[in-house]
Amino acid sequence: MNGILILEQMLNGLQFGLMLFLLAAGLTLVFGIMDMINLAHGSLYMVGAYLIATISAATGSFWWGLGLGIVGAAVFGMLLELTILRRLYQRDHVSQVLGTFAILLMCNEGVRLIWGSQPLSLNPPASLAGPVELMAGFSYPAYRLFIIGVGLVVAGLLYVLIVHTRVGMQVRAGASNREMAMAMGTNVRTLFTAVFGVGAALCAVAGGMMGPLLAVQVGMGESILILAFVVIVIGGIGSIRGALLGALLVGVVDTAGRTLIPLFLNAAVGPQAASNAGPALASILIYILMAGVLFFKPRGLFPTHG
Amino acid sequence: MSSSPTMSHSTSTPKTATSILDHSLQLRWSLPALAVLLALPALAAWAGDTFYVGLATRVLIFALAATSLNLILGFGGMVSFGHAAFVGVGAYCVAVLMQSGVVSAWVAWPLAVGLSALIALLVGFVSLRTQGVYFIMITLAFAQMLYYLVISLKAYGGDDGLSLASRSTVGMGLDLGDDTHFYYLTLGILVLALVGVTRLLNARFGHALQAIRENEVRMTAIGFPVFRYKLVAFTIAGALAGLAGALFANVGSFVSPAMMQWSQSGMLMIMVILGGVGHLYGGVMGAIVFLLLEELLSHYTIHWQLGLGAVLLGVVLLAPNGISSFLRRKEGV
Repeated sequence: MNGILILEQMLNGLQFGLMLFLLAAGLTLVFGIMDMINLAHGSLYMVGAYLIATISAATGSFWWGLGLGIVGAAVFGMLLELTILRRLYQRDHVSQVLGTFAILLMCNEGVRLIWGSQPLSLNPPASLAGPVELMAGFSYPAYRLFIIGVGLVVAGLLYVLIVHTRVGMQVRAGASNREMAMAMGTNVRTLFTAVFGVGAALCAVAGGMMGPLLAVQVGMGESILILAFVVIVIGGIGSIRGALLGALLVGVVDTAGRTLIPLFLNAAVGPQAASNAGPALASILIYILMAGVLFFKPRGLFPTHG
Repeated sequence: MSSSPTMSHSTSTPKTATSILDHSLQLRWSLPALAVLLALPALAAWAGDTFYVGLATRVLIFALAATSLNLILGFGGMVSFGHAAFVGVGAYCVAVLMQSGVVSAWVAWPLAVGLSALIALLVGFVSLRTQGVYFIMITLAFAQMLYYLVISLKAYGGDDGLSLASRSTVGMGLDLGDDTHFYYLTLGILVLALVGVTRLLNARFGHALQAIRENEVRMTAIGFPVFRYKLVAFTIAGALAGLAGALFANVGSFVSPAMMQWSQSGMLMIMVILGGVGHLYGGVMGAIVFLLLEELLSHYTIHWQLGLGAVLLGVVLLAPNGISSFLRRKEGV
């Protein structure tokens, strides 16, 4: 086992984890404050990625696409909240599942109607296309380093916003006890539309960043949505701190598992079995992690509700 | 949960001595409906379109799977988001046995039911320690584990799935290779399952289960072994789902990991919610409406999911308790 491989996997895991955090942050606040299951959260990620890819192609600039796409996704998210989602807050979980699943279906089909079923391509900016030599004998793609940087900056900004501002205090109050927060004068309705807009913008950032690495295609939101749910359940619903820790945990475990498990299996039972069972075992790993966490801490690592 | 049966204004003069936790098979309209279903193959043959027999069989199997989910979701208040996994386990059990030469339904189907029940017991044992949203997510997690486990079974097709050489055999003059015979067997199983579920719900066990749904803390306080009741219900639901899986494997002569995906669990849940959570026929009605809607819309446009989504959204916003809330009002239960 060489150190460079492990270092590379750790960086990949960090990068994936930070992107998961961008998705999980919005999801956990929606979940925590309004006790609302939003299966359509992944659709915001997809819509963001499509907008960014389209605008980038039209303007020829990745940066224009990213900026305008994030604004577009935020507007889309807030419109969704104002027109449909706010009618579902007071309903039980099963109604929310049905309602947001319907939105998910409509978003998928709407995207297919507008952009067709072929995946779009989104290229990283030319200035970030090459590798960067981090130390002698170890170079790492500049674009992935850039993603890590963006992820850290956004996570930091979100932390400051939530922990050190008045609005953030109201959001936290809403997440731990909505009735009490309302009684103390917080306008949860307006606050929540804003939270939804920020959540959608974060989704779009993640979509735009991941776009060049994965294909921009219909259904891209679903698989990552499940991971984001895993993240917030591990972290404790409504907790930003939990979402960050959960995202990094899932990112690292998932990425490391995909590389290391086949290596271990290769050594233990031979290459044939390793190539068969390796990828599946790696996919199962994070669910084992989640089930394990819930077995010992049924409300996640950082429970918010008292 | 808003799914609880609501008392209507006519409670001042109860017609029967049964409790509101009792559920009637409502023979007044379900027997005519059954008569239509019995006549369906003949009607299809008369119309010259036997395609509909296959479609109807699929609808009935989905109805069985959705009814099994409704048992825990609707009557037990357990929002399980991994029910398709148990369907898949049943289906794969039949397919794997078939590949090793076991074609008799009398061997394969009980094994499928038993294996699904066993796995449901294990999953339930861990999952039922959690509550609410966490329960939804942990059942999903277990379903995903089983899904990836099946994908890794390269000897049984892995990602590509597995074709069955033939349908199971039952003897007794029934040839399951014949679509009409298969349809009648499926219909018989669904009717038996519905009668069984009704008897279960009206028994002491069912009353306790529904009481737990209404107020778990109180049931614990008065000394009911709440965990055990929920676990038994979860296991029975898993067993019924496994039976539906065995039928699915046969109807298409094909099994694949796709039938265990989380979106399939979501679809079963949507059928139940659409039909009516905690209504005896909720799963059946949801399956019929959902699949027929899908069939109908896909005739008109390739973008049928847009229409389906709109209809589902309409149901959520306008009929909070699903389609059967209209029926319930009419029945005056």
